Amino acid sequence: MRSDLILRVVAKLLIPFILLFALYVQFHGDFGPGGGFQAGVIAAAAVIFYALIFGLADARRMVPEPLVESMMALGVLTYGSVGLAGLLLGGNYLDYFVLAHDTVHGQERGIFWVEVGVAITVSGVMLKIFYMFADRGKVDDE
Amino acid sequence: MSGAYSTGLFSHFSYFVTVFLMIAGLFIVIARGNLVKKLVGLSIFQTSVYLLYIAPGKVVGGTAPIVSDAFSVYSNPLPHVLILTAIVVGVATLALGLALAVRIREAYGSIEENEILELDAADGAQDAA
Amino acid sequence: MAGAVVVLARSRNLFAVVVLAGVYSFLMATVLVALDAVDVAMTEASVGAGISTVLFLGALYLCKSEEAKPVHKPWLPLALSIAVAVTLVYGTLGLPGFSNIESPIHQHVVPRYLTEGVKETGVPNIVTAVLASYRGYDTLGETTVVFTAGAGVVALLRRRRRERKP
Repeated sequence: MRSDLILRVVAKLLIPFILLFALYVQFHGDFGPGGGFQAGVIAAAAVIFYALIFGLADARRMVPEPLVESMMALGVLTYGSVGLAGLLLGGNYLDYFVLAHDTVHGQERGIFWVEVGVAITVSGVMLKIFYMFADRGKVDDE
Repeated sequence: MSGAYSTGLFSHFSYFVTVFLMIAGLFIVIARGNLVKKLVGLSIFQTSVYLLYIAPGKVVGGTAPIVSDAFSVYSNPLPHVLILTAIVVGVATLALGLALAVRIREAYGSIEENEILELDAADGAQDAA
Repeated sequence: MAGAVVVLARSRNLFAVVVLAGVYSFLMATVLVALDAVDVAMTEASVGAGISTVLFLGALYLCKSEEAKPVHKPWLPLALSIAVAVTLVYGTLGLPGFSNIESPIHQHVVPRYLTEGVKETGVPNIVTAVLASYRGYDTLGETTVVFTAGAGVVALLRRRRRERKP
């Protein structure tokens, strides 16, 4: 009981920081190490941590299954639509320089949205896989 | 600057480490029957390949390839990009492999290679009879 | 790292094997930082030591077994491995030495990425710039692979409707 309490308190303290770190890694991927993949994995790790400490049902309430499933697809769609936007605005597929008033800003915008798409897909997939593995065990136990 | 590292046997040290890790991973895959252990061996093999790509990209005296005014020599960023993709694809295949192992366990009752083959052969004999 | 791998190969307790794999991933991430590959190190640490370990433990929990004693002595695989090792070492002797600036890997495209990268994309982290902009198609393919893996796991592990608890 006591060790359970320590874990819960520590988890409650750490998880917001882990999520914040994931966001930091995502948006500072341009200036330091980081980027979409790392951020997605860290965010998924935060939710998995929550599920390990507080139980799968609680985690499912916080991050419900339909949300995770749609996140998986949404990221890839975001990436693809950035490419399409390049196509529609006059360049080739996945051209960034047409996306804004000047080349460098277009590149920055394109890179930003692409990394966001990647992070959403990666975190969604990692979380979904964890949910699937954990779910299988629960039904097997009965 | 890089002269001391490029001569003699020491210059290829990173390759020796890579080959050792690769062979260790390969050995685990072919010599052990447990499916989960095989997957661990496979991921060791994959990490050795990351080392294979990144070690030649390092420039002694350089720094990480994040451009800033304080540095002028950078390590090669191109292998980093390739390996970043490789790591993520590796974990994706690992997840699929583990899901398959779980299903095999449910279908056959074991994840040892020789037991599975015996059960398969027994099933085949039963089907033929 | 070599020590971790050797113990891992010989150990039969699967839980120990998984923990050792996590240790190995962390050590690999440290080596990668020493090789100036900071993005890769961060990804390897989080993915290899984090997600991989979680997935392995999840699979172990579902499989619930220890490795059985090997039936045959692994002489043939060992001989085969050593033969492959010798061939590979012979092959790598032809590759450029460590940190050789004249090697082809540093010519051609990379100087352009390093010098023009910030001017063209406005992003100081060259790895992100190459990943998201210069080689954006590869990253699109990779994201699709991740999505496909997730879809594959869902397809493999989904419970059929009538077995689901209400």
